Amino acid sequence: MTDTSDRTVNEYVTATVGGELFGLPIGRVQDVFVPDRLTRVPLAPPEIAGILNLRGRIVTLVDLCQRLGLERRAKSAMAIGVELKGESYGLMIDQVGEVMSLDAADFERNPVNLDRKLAAVSSGIYRLDHQLLLVLDVDRLLDIAPAAAA
Amino acid sequence: MDDLLREFVTETNESLDVVDVELVRFEQEPNNARILANIFRLVHTIKGTCGFLGLPRLETLAHAAETVMGKFRDGLPATHEAVTVILATIDRIKEILASLEHDQREPEGSDSDLIADLQRIAERLVQPEQAAIAMTEQTLGRPLAPGEVSLEELERAFQETPVDPRPAKKAKPAVQEPLREEETVKSSVQSIRVTVDTIEHLMTMVSELVLTRNQLLEIVRRHGDSEFKTPLQRLSNVTAELQEGVMKTRMQPIGNAWQKFPRIVRDLAHDLGKDIELELQGAETELDRQVLDQIKDPLTHMLRNSADHGLETAAERRAAGKPPQGHIRLAAYHEGGYIIIQVSDDGRGLDTARIKAKAIAQGLVSEAEADKLSDAQIHKFIFAAGFSTAQAVTSVSGRGVGMDVVRNNIDQIGGTIDVKSVAGQGVSFVIKIPLTLAIIAALIVEVGGSRFAIPQLSVVELVRARKGGDHRIERIKDTAVLRLRDKLLPLARLSKLLGIDGKDASEGAYIVVTQIGSQTFGIVVDTVFHTEEIVVKPMSSKLRDIPMFSGNTILGDGAVIMIIDPNGVARSLGSAVATQIAAAERAQAQKTEAADDDMTSMLLFRAGTSQPKAVPLSLITRLEEIDARKIELSNGRHMVQYRGQLMPLVSMTDKPVRSEGAQPLLVFSDGVRSMALVVDEIVDIVEDRLDIQVGSGNPGVLGSAVIKGQATEIVDVGHFLPLAFEDWFRRKDGTRRERQRSILLVDDSPFFRNMLMPVLQAAGYAVTAVGSAKEALALIDSDKSFDSVITDIEMPEMDGFELTEALRADPRSAATPVIALSSQVSAELIDRGRRAGLHDYVAKFDRQGLIAALMEQTGMGDAA
Repeated sequence: MTDTSDRTVNEYVTATVGGELFGLPIGRVQDVFVPDRLTRVPLAPPEIAGILNLRGRIVTLVDLCQRLGLERRAKSAMAIGVELKGESYGLMIDQVGEVMSLDAADFERNPVNLDRKLAAVSSGIYRLDHQLLLVLDVDRLLDIAPAAAA
Repeated sequence: MDDLLREFVTETNESLDVVDVELVRFEQEPNNARILANIFRLVHTIKGTCGFLGLPRLETLAHAAETVMGKFRDGLPATHEAVTVILATIDRIKEILASLEHDQREPEGSDSDLIADLQRIAERLVQPEQAAIAMTEQTLGRPLAPGEVSLEELERAFQETPVDPRPAKKAKPAVQEPLREEETVKSSVQSIRVTVDTIEHLMTMVSELVLTRNQLLEIVRRHGDSEFKTPLQRLSNVTAELQEGVMKTRMQPIGNAWQKFPRIVRDLAHDLGKDIELELQGAETELDRQVLDQIKDPLTHMLRNSADHGLETAAERRAAGKPPQGHIRLAAYHEGGYIIIQVSDDGRGLDTARIKAKAIAQGLVSEAEADKLSDAQIHKFIFAAGFSTAQAVTSVSGRGVGMDVVRNNIDQIGGTIDVKSVAGQGVSFVIKIPLTLAIIAALIVEVGGSRFAIPQLSVVELVRARKGGDHRIERIKDTAVLRLRDKLLPLARLSKLLGIDGKDASEGAYIVVTQIGSQTFGIVVDTVFHTEEIVVKPMSSKLRDIPMFSGNTILGDGAVIMIIDPNGVARSLGSAVATQIAAAERAQAQKTEAADDDMTSMLLFRAGTSQPKAVPLSLITRLEEIDARKIELSNGRHMVQYRGQLMPLVSMTDKPVRSEGAQPLLVFSDGVRSMALVVDEIVDIVEDRLDIQVGSGNPGVLGSAVIKGQATEIVDVGHFLPLAFEDWFRRKDGTRRERQRSILLVDDSPFFRNMLMPVLQAAGYAVTAVGSAKEALALIDSDKSFDSVITDIEMPEMDGFELTEALRADPRSAATPVIALSSQVSAELIDRGRRAGLHDYVAKFDRQGLIAALMEQTGMGDAA
């Protein structure tokens, strides 16, 4: 671990949702934006906050707080833009944090006592000085079951 | 690539596609000289051009194929083998063309195998030809090399080819398309080839232009009067025209995607050893080429599926009592902004049990859940990912690519696919895809503060409903309906469907009258803004399952709104609002299955109120108009002397019978007995479905139905008959019945129960009426016995035949005569009835026939 020459560094965009710290692999993040003129979609699954027009593209906003089953502390004011299978999504977060470069060797598997809903969308964790950084798996995060059967 | 070469490749590919289709047709109609002439000409052209461009391989191949076809033309039979070799040659030519396009030169390789085959066929076909060959050898001093043409043949080609100036122009239109194109090219050189990319780019730019135009319009709308208004209006119009023009260039007949199908089916039929007929319908139906491209593969796949799994072998078909030739039908047509494509076959149908087993095995559904599913629900599993029921992987289908891929492809273009399967009768897939993916006109509405777009195509009109106005929202039981020009339209409240708060529908709501297929309904919204051209963007995959939306769009002001799918709304009506109507329909006079073609002649009249009344014409004996002064009062009843008898008059209302002028009457007769209903006015005789929508608590009225667009009371004749007949019966018959005969009347329709009960009672029978075969059997089971059973034939669950068989099987009722009533009487049904043990078969409205049959069966007439 001390051998610095062998170090692989992973970069994460961090964000807080419901008071927790999460990280997204920087390669998956398109942009960070402030959602404006959000259109609610009736009959949509509860995780879908709505859709909006971002520079001519229609972006589906995912309410991360709801998706992760966290208690809502603040109004989600920001969104992280990601893409999946050619579609644009925005992950609504409370606050965007700094970009962290973390040693891949410190990456740990999810602790067994992790909340099941979180474990389902997390690829692993980093133990930071004061808190845990939960790394989110974007693909699994966006694996949202469609609304009540048609 | 050389322009000349590129042109050649494109043109040749098109020609070859035609040859493909034409050859298959030729094989089926070997005597059609036109088809052959057409093929011959095309191949000849290819050969000629190849020589010109210096492509020896192609030239040799085309020549060899041409030679064989020349033999066909000389009257030799087009054997399956010969056609197969020629098709193989065409495939080889296509391969060479493909690499020619890629490398700009002919690939290395030899075609001696095919040429040998072709030559062998040509030689075997014509022995006398040998003489000619020998002659050539003489002239040339050596045999012809492959690809070389004998002088005579060259001569003949020159002489014959241009002789027929209109080759094959009378061929079927489906495959005629490319030819016609060529024709126009010849007559007026007005068309050019444009690459698809160019058109795609144009389309994207136009879409952007439309969006920008919309934004400008929105700005001007906000600012009111401005000098921009007029030029913007012009810009708007030009944009609209431009858009339409570009859209038109993208439209192609669906037949283009079908062109290869006859060949595919021919080859499949051969590989599988089945006899398959392919029927193509609506090839001229146009749709966006982007959509066309996307459905080509799914359709091919489904065609293969039908041929491989769907259709049985000729032997199996014969054993199942079907014609040995299997039938696959491909049909396309427009319906409300969509293209409907049906792929159906008359094969064995889906194997429900196997799909179910597989679904359980794959964990798609638990065994307990699966048992609760209907067959149709189980059939839907074939669309699940990785689902394939083919027992063996064959070369034809079942390569692990199943209906799930088909469904995916169709999903991608915003379409839907559904399957209907009847075991032993075949499968029918219905694909519904939007006409275009790009731009549509839509009505922008607001519900609960959110805006939505409703595609203009399905909107018929806009109505503002007001209390006391012309257009009122009324209620049938708990269902809101709109009375629009005397038609009742079911209403769907968008706010309720979408689960959002909207205005109360009863006050000043806007109703968007929408039509989907034959279904017309109203969508209730809070406000209607305007119509706007919107660029349709597909719904996010996470939201695609919401049936109410077909997509979304960005409005001129930058907001994203949802596009309402009228089909989804119509479906929701089916389950919610329309249940009332469905319930009423169940109570209607005729069974729903029979209802489609079951028109009833109704006599419309007025009596008492201004609302029209109706009675089935078949119940009425005569319409009379008598002088009111001839009406006599006898024993407190109105009577009239009619054909030497006294006929009682029954008034439907308490209104006094007219004392002067003409009095119209509806005369009902039973044998020599007659009675007449007093009416105010006879309005009309109409042919319509008797579809009682609202029941009635009022005696004498069965309920209300919409007839000729007007709510009409259907009069219960049965109620009025005894009013006049009761004592008449006794006096006339004068019979001392030792015992009243009992009858069990089984009919699922309350209309007939209500109508027949009084008739039968009036004839002196004790009647027990039940609404289903089950109830009837339960009565027999509880040791009730009847002198006779009268049953309807068409009933849900258990029909009259099955009931009869069940009665026959029970010793307690085995001897009871059963008389069947049916709206349809055919020799076949009568025969079926006899086999089931029916004693008699009477048409539904034939009251006299029924009484006569009863008398005969119960021996009442004899007992008198």
